[in-house]
Amino acid sequence: MVATPTERRVWQRYSRRERWTRFVLLLLVVAVLSWAARDVDIFWPWVWDAPAQIYSLADRMWPPDPRRLGEIVEALVETVHIATLATFSTIFVALPIAYLAAQNTTPNRACLWFARFVLVASRSVNTIIWALLFVAIFGPGVLAGILAIMCRSIGFVGKLMGEAIEEIDRRPVEAMEAVGASRPKVILYAVVPQVVPAFFAVIILRWDINIRESTVLGLVGAGGIGVILQGAIDTFAWPTVATILCGIVILVLLGEVLTGWLRSRVL
Amino acid sequence: MVDDKARTWRKPPFIASPVVRLLLALGVLGYLGLALATLPFDWERISDGLPRAARIFGGGFPPSFERFELLLTGFKESFQIALLATLLGVALSIPFAVMAARNIAPRPVYLVGRAVIIVSRSFHPVIVAILFVKAVGFGPLAGILTLTLYSIGFVGKLLAEEIEEIDWGQVEAMRSVGAGFMATLLYAVFPQILPRQLGLSMYQLDSNLRASAVVGIVGAGGIGGTLMNAFGRYDYDFAFAILLVIIAVILVSEGISGWVRRRLW
Amino acid sequence: MLEISQLVKRYGHDDPVLKGLDLCVEGNSVVSIVGASGAGKSTLLRCINRLIEPTSGSIRLNGQELSSLKGAPLRQARRRIGMVFQGFNLIDRLTVMENVLAGRLGYVGFFQAWRRRFPPEDIERAFHLMERVGIAQYANKRADELSGGERQRVGVVRALMQEPDILLADEPTASLDPVTSEQIMKLMRALASELSLPVLINIHNVAQARAYTERIVGLRHGRMIFDGTPERFDAAALEEIYGGIEAPDETAVPSVAEGGR
Repeated sequence: MVATPTERRVWQRYSRRERWTRFVLLLLVVAVLSWAARDVDIFWPWVWDAPAQIYSLADRMWPPDPRRLGEIVEALVETVHIATLATFSTIFVALPIAYLAAQNTTPNRACLWFARFVLVASRSVNTIIWALLFVAIFGPGVLAGILAIMCRSIGFVGKLMGEAIEEIDRRPVEAMEAVGASRPKVILYAVVPQVVPAFFAVIILRWDINIRESTVLGLVGAGGIGVILQGAIDTFAWPTVATILCGIVILVLLGEVLTGWLRSRVL
Repeated sequence: MVDDKARTWRKPPFIASPVVRLLLALGVLGYLGLALATLPFDWERISDGLPRAARIFGGGFPPSFERFELLLTGFKESFQIALLATLLGVALSIPFAVMAARNIAPRPVYLVGRAVIIVSRSFHPVIVAILFVKAVGFGPLAGILTLTLYSIGFVGKLLAEEIEEIDWGQVEAMRSVGAGFMATLLYAVFPQILPRQLGLSMYQLDSNLRASAVVGIVGAGGIGGTLMNAFGRYDYDFAFAILLVIIAVILVSEGISGWVRRRLW
Repeated sequence: MLEISQLVKRYGHDDPVLKGLDLCVEGNSVVSIVGASGAGKSTLLRCINRLIEPTSGSIRLNGQELSSLKGAPLRQARRRIGMVFQGFNLIDRLTVMENVLAGRLGYVGFFQAWRRRFPPEDIERAFHLMERVGIAQYANKRADELSGGERQRVGVVRALMQEPDILLADEPTASLDPVTSEQIMKLMRALASELSLPVLINIHNVAQARAYTERIVGLRHGRMIFDGTPERFDAAALEEIYGGIEAPDETAVPSVAEGGR
């Protein structure tokens, strides 16, 4: 009986510590947020004015101007081409890298770390920044756009495929080794069939994302609908901008419908 | 089955009909050809590319950290944009998620909520950023507004799906004791989605930080603007320094956000 | 003829799993290896086709030393050793025919393997063997659509496609129901005599070992402690092999009590 109050006190202290931790965490979050709000370089009168400004911009956009529709549709098709070609060519680079980046198939540690470095570098640099780099190298145009989308997709596809390879059932691999198959044949028969579903899922998902991404490439000069959008914004042709924006929404929704259909067919 | 002739075996093709198979193959090849043919490649400009690449990478190495101050200011602003946009976006995503949840919102409200989420998800943040820059001027305000909208789209969608999957019994229990709509939300819906909301917020903070590095390219504040300037002035060694720091920051933030989410769930 | 002498397998610095094993299998005899889990049965079989690297000792198949082979010679040796697995180890998403033909992978080139263009005599042999075990009607079905017993038949046919000099079977019936597992044991014994193949079967089920094999080898803690015909495999031998092992927690209990069960 004597021990009971002590135990309870210990228990209370622990609970108090927990509450204390939560309080400090909350305080920290509030402090960081208020620092961010006070320190950020914002001219506050503009903030109060923002709704009116946004309304005025929206007002200038209405009604959408369909006169350049033909040109816009052409640019949208070009955007899809960029996304598709980039996704297609990504496959040929991402799969070998995924093979090197999976712990169970990589030939040695050096290859593993090299491949992981490539994947991280590719994933950490945003498509727009890749586009900036390739526009500087190859000049404005669709090639820069395709390469930019490719470079960003390699990391995405490579990482997910690498994980898929790491998750395969090891037993067929063992069986193929036991029949005396060489390394390439083991991969062909025991690894490839097991990762095919993951491959289609990842490629379809990335194609969907790439359509969204390729709508902005043109803003840095890398082709697609973004070029017309930038031009329309620069010339204050707001009704045309509205048409382009509607076009992008429709394109993205169509892409979503198509990928949903493909997914249900293939998987 | 038992005959003396040597039997043959072919792998049954994935698509049974040979006509469909041929058409599909022709279609893919035709598409690739058409796409390559119609895209405007400027081959002359491209052939200049390799020496130019050598010059850019040559100029970029070693990366220069001389203007460290500028780098730091840019990143500080990116962090601030990401933090404030996450706060606003996560807070605003709750009403939109409630609106876009089929099981608790009335039909017209549901359609409005879905439309807002679909539209804000269709646009890449960079496009939204351009529009906000035109509407409210250069600077972090445009960035915050952009990423707020971006967060509403992403968090709102996942949260709405979460609300649609809640345990309905708790809602019925609240209704049966005579609670109003707000009370039902507070006592039966929010407690069920809170853990998910915290995890999503951490995830969104991470992706806002990534996105804040690029909205600056079109003038919405943060490190992206600094990077764009460095590129524009052919200041490649500084640009590569910025890129390296962006990669490092993103890796660290991904690690932290992943760690916190694992602790939460 | 398979001759194993002084085979040792040790993982790291632990107690060896196999402690200097000697075993000789001749002609077309069917040999079963019995022993508790962890006695080293599976390790022994996998050392023979080198899915596991033996630490020391010698393994000779028809006079060829296997334990020192590497690369292409190792693969050539492996294709003469068929193996049947406990978990069937089939490639689920490929058809039965492809699984069966995979047994020929050691013989065909990469391009042939990729395009599935196997020589006509391989295909004929595949059909013949599949008819023999009664799965020919499933040739174009996916392997994961078959029942357990049918899947193990595919596994057996795949191993026989290699035209092996010896067949290794690692607990081939442990994942099957009693009736199917009897069928598979009968099938393996019949095939062994038809093709005059020596067969080494790891098996948990002592009754099946007695019924279907001509020689029983008992392992305990990596040592061979019984080697003889099923008639000589009596209660004393059984007690020696399994006694006190199945429940390691009860090692303090006198072994007499164990034997009484």
